[in-house]
Amino acid sequence: MNVEAIGRSTTMQTAVARPSTMIEITRVEKIFTTVRQERIHALNDISLSVGEREFVTIVGPSGCGKTTLLKILAGLQRSSAGSVTVAGTPVMAPRRDIGIVFQNPILLPWRTVMENVLLPAEVQGIPRDKARARARDLLAMVGLSDFENKYPMELSGGMQQRAAISRALVHDPSILLMDEPFGALDAMTREQMNLDLQRIWRESGKTVVLITHSIPEAVFLGDRVVVMTPRPGRIARVVEVAIARPRGIDVMGDPLFGQLTSEIRRLLYGQRDGETVAGGKGIT
Amino acid sequence: MTNSVNELPPVELAAKPPSDFRILIRTRPELILAPVLLVVILVTWEWGVPYFDVPNYVLPTPSAIGVALWRGLDAGFMARGGYWLHTWVTVWEVLLGFFIGSGVGLLLGTVISQFRIIEATLRIYLVAIQSLPKIALAPIIVLWFGFGLTSKVVIICLLTFFPLLINSMAGFKAVDPERLELMRALGANPWQIFWKVRLPSAMPYIFAGLDMAAVFAVVGAVVGEFVGAQRGLGTLILSMNAQMDIAGTFSVFIILAVVGIVIHKALRMVERRVLFWSGEEQRMMGT
Repeated sequence: MNVEAIGRSTTMQTAVARPSTMIEITRVEKIFTTVRQERIHALNDISLSVGEREFVTIVGPSGCGKTTLLKILAGLQRSSAGSVTVAGTPVMAPRRDIGIVFQNPILLPWRTVMENVLLPAEVQGIPRDKARARARDLLAMVGLSDFENKYPMELSGGMQQRAAISRALVHDPSILLMDEPFGALDAMTREQMNLDLQRIWRESGKTVVLITHSIPEAVFLGDRVVVMTPRPGRIARVVEVAIARPRGIDVMGDPLFGQLTSEIRRLLYGQRDGETVAGGKGIT
Repeated sequence: MTNSVNELPPVELAAKPPSDFRILIRTRPELILAPVLLVVILVTWEWGVPYFDVPNYVLPTPSAIGVALWRGLDAGFMARGGYWLHTWVTVWEVLLGFFIGSGVGLLLGTVISQFRIIEATLRIYLVAIQSLPKIALAPIIVLWFGFGLTSKVVIICLLTFFPLLINSMAGFKAVDPERLELMRALGANPWQIFWKVRLPSAMPYIFAGLDMAAVFAVVGAVVGEFVGAQRGLGTLILSMNAQMDIAGTFSVFIILAVVGIVIHKALRMVERRVLFWSGEEQRMMGT
């Protein structure tokens, strides 16, 4: 399924890519039944494995079931068929080795930035001093050191999402799931956040699965890009991104970058001739 | 947001700083206009009563009301004709009834909201009861519980219970589902979800209910005392009315107004501390 790596880079990240499997998705199906007993096939035969410390992005139009897939990975929803294992154990319920960043920051407005970041630690009973020290480090990593005692309403959208990323990492999960985390941000903030996220990922050594409907974002961030098509949501192809890390913003001018984005675009738009326009909705 | 100083329009920076008084006039003209309006009304009233030859038992002058108020307050704390004793009785009824009634309402509303089936089953009845004029039951309650403190407290409880019950139920229902999903994703148990998300999220609704209940509490006390009581500001109003002491009645009304305002302000102070994060609520209710 994977496109052959073109010009595989010799940097550390790619050289030791996928040393062991972190997430194993095997033939996952999801069928919703509406109140009127209509069956909606949201996910169809999804199989994917994500290696340790790998950065996988999932790109697809609205309604292709990518959020459903992420929720199944997070244990927030059950799959109708198939299995998901994380670090060797099946996912039955939300688990502590997973951190999630949602599209909205969802910070609690009555808590300071620091208190928000500490929320998972409180819930999971991590000793307060230890959690606090870690939260400080994380806030420093996302550039919010001076804002730990501010309230969310005093922060810009990008800063709120950084705080949410810190919160997702505070209990030191090995996996970070991100559901269109930068979808609500303006284009410039978004590019900055992409650079920051790449750095955070490299520094923290987490396995990241990120959902996006932006093709450039998917290619820029991912070691591999999973291209999904809608109704029923299935994997069209997994595209290997063999661009050396760390990637700077100028990578977007790289011929390989352009080649990969147009390949993905073709996959998304050229799937089913008659329905391409409808299927391509939401792609940027 | 952090650079707000730099974003000020240059014109503002260049302008000569105007005097404090001018800034006040321009930004908060109501701070000066509102007291001026009050003085104008009082002077017109004071002057109009003799001018139009209005009898004292229809409308006394503000100064007569002032004198009555002074006489009532001057009478000493335990004097039966003075205001202090009656004010104390009424305030005590209000506080007891308010805390018990709204407390039970909040508690029950909270418990009911945690069980969707119970909530859905009871909702229609509770909303129906909420819209009934429960104050009309005051005579029956006095009949049941007598002329003393208990009947007034029960009336106030009846009036303050429902705003808290209905509002807390609405508040718990309105909790942002994303916050709940976040907590679920963190593996939080129901108890943690309640204390860390549900209850704080419902607080704006609960305080709106408390604001309502505070007004109802004073109304309940006065009506309860009208129906049957030996002490309290309501009984004072009745007996003064019977003696055509209209200035006295008005002066008791002033005391009641002060009681109401003090309770409201106290509540607002607590609210500001608890709901400091709720910017919209501040602007909506902040007068």
